[in-house]
Amino acid sequence: MERKALLGKKVGMTRVFTDNGELVPVTIIELGPCHVTQVKSETSDGYDAVQIGFESAARLNRPKRGHLKELPPLRHLREVRTEDADNYSVGQILDVTLFSPGEVVDVIGTSKGRGFAGAVKRHNFRGGPKTHGQSDRLRAVGSIGASATPGRVWKGMRGPGHMGNERVTALNLTVVKVDPERNLIAIKGAVPGPNGGLVMVRNAVKA
Amino acid sequence: MTDKLQGWNPDLKTDVADIRPGDTVRVHLRIVEGDRERVQAIQGVVMRMRGEGVNATFTVRRIAAHGIGVERTFPLHSPRLERIEILRRAKVRRAQLYYLRKYRGKAARLKEDRSMYERGKK
Repeated sequence: MERKALLGKKVGMTRVFTDNGELVPVTIIELGPCHVTQVKSETSDGYDAVQIGFESAARLNRPKRGHLKELPPLRHLREVRTEDADNYSVGQILDVTLFSPGEVVDVIGTSKGRGFAGAVKRHNFRGGPKTHGQSDRLRAVGSIGASATPGRVWKGMRGPGHMGNERVTALNLTVVKVDPERNLIAIKGAVPGPNGGLVMVRNAVKA
Repeated sequence: MTDKLQGWNPDLKTDVADIRPGDTVRVHLRIVEGDRERVQAIQGVVMRMRGEGVNATFTVRRIAAHGIGVERTFPLHSPRLERIEILRRAKVRRAQLYYLRKYRGKAARLKEDRSMYERGKK
């Protein structure tokens, strides 16, 4: 499949009026420009892919500098698997105009970290009753299994634990507006991660 | 960051009607029915205004048939609003006129604010 993708930074959310007067919620992303930093092919690497880099860095460690060679120092590198990788060349610059309004895209980001979260927040458990002689049961997990049989808790039982700060993909979002002058794109709906977080926008794979 | 959020609504109206809670207004709303377009007018009292920028909305309360109150909220900058006519300005002492819901008929009247005529504003 032929894919296209760009790296960017989530700016924040706002609302815009569409041409027919509808007010839609959008997320603004500062998308690109991205440099093509490496082109991988079936023959040399075993698969076709394009590596893109985003955001100039003040300093880079030597391995990264060596990898980028004469390209400008770039902070973030990500790989995109695509069958038409040979259409790209190292050094090529890709910008927001890769996407146009009306297109359906996926946005990949790292969700906001919630730390060690309880089962009510993490798995939408209901918690316990507030009244009728209850104490400490309000946000409790409830029963986690039977007694002597099996005599242990089943693997995979949902409970409290670390939540967020993981890769999340928001599928099938619509591009509402593109502003090539400021490298900004408006995508309908919410996008994973905090404002200022790194996101990847690619054309939808399941549309 | 916020400056990057700006400029997304170049069509944000700069000539928004200077409406306030208590104003009696006629809202001319563009309605698209199939491929036909017409303008509908909704007349009533501005009951509240909230939000700023694109998020700004106002609510108009009108008394429909059989004395039933109908409230409708519009985005202030909506391109569907063709025009907002201010018919009357009233002296009100609160920002949200929710108390109008409790009153009907004569009791729901508002005292007119004539200052804008005196200053020759209109």
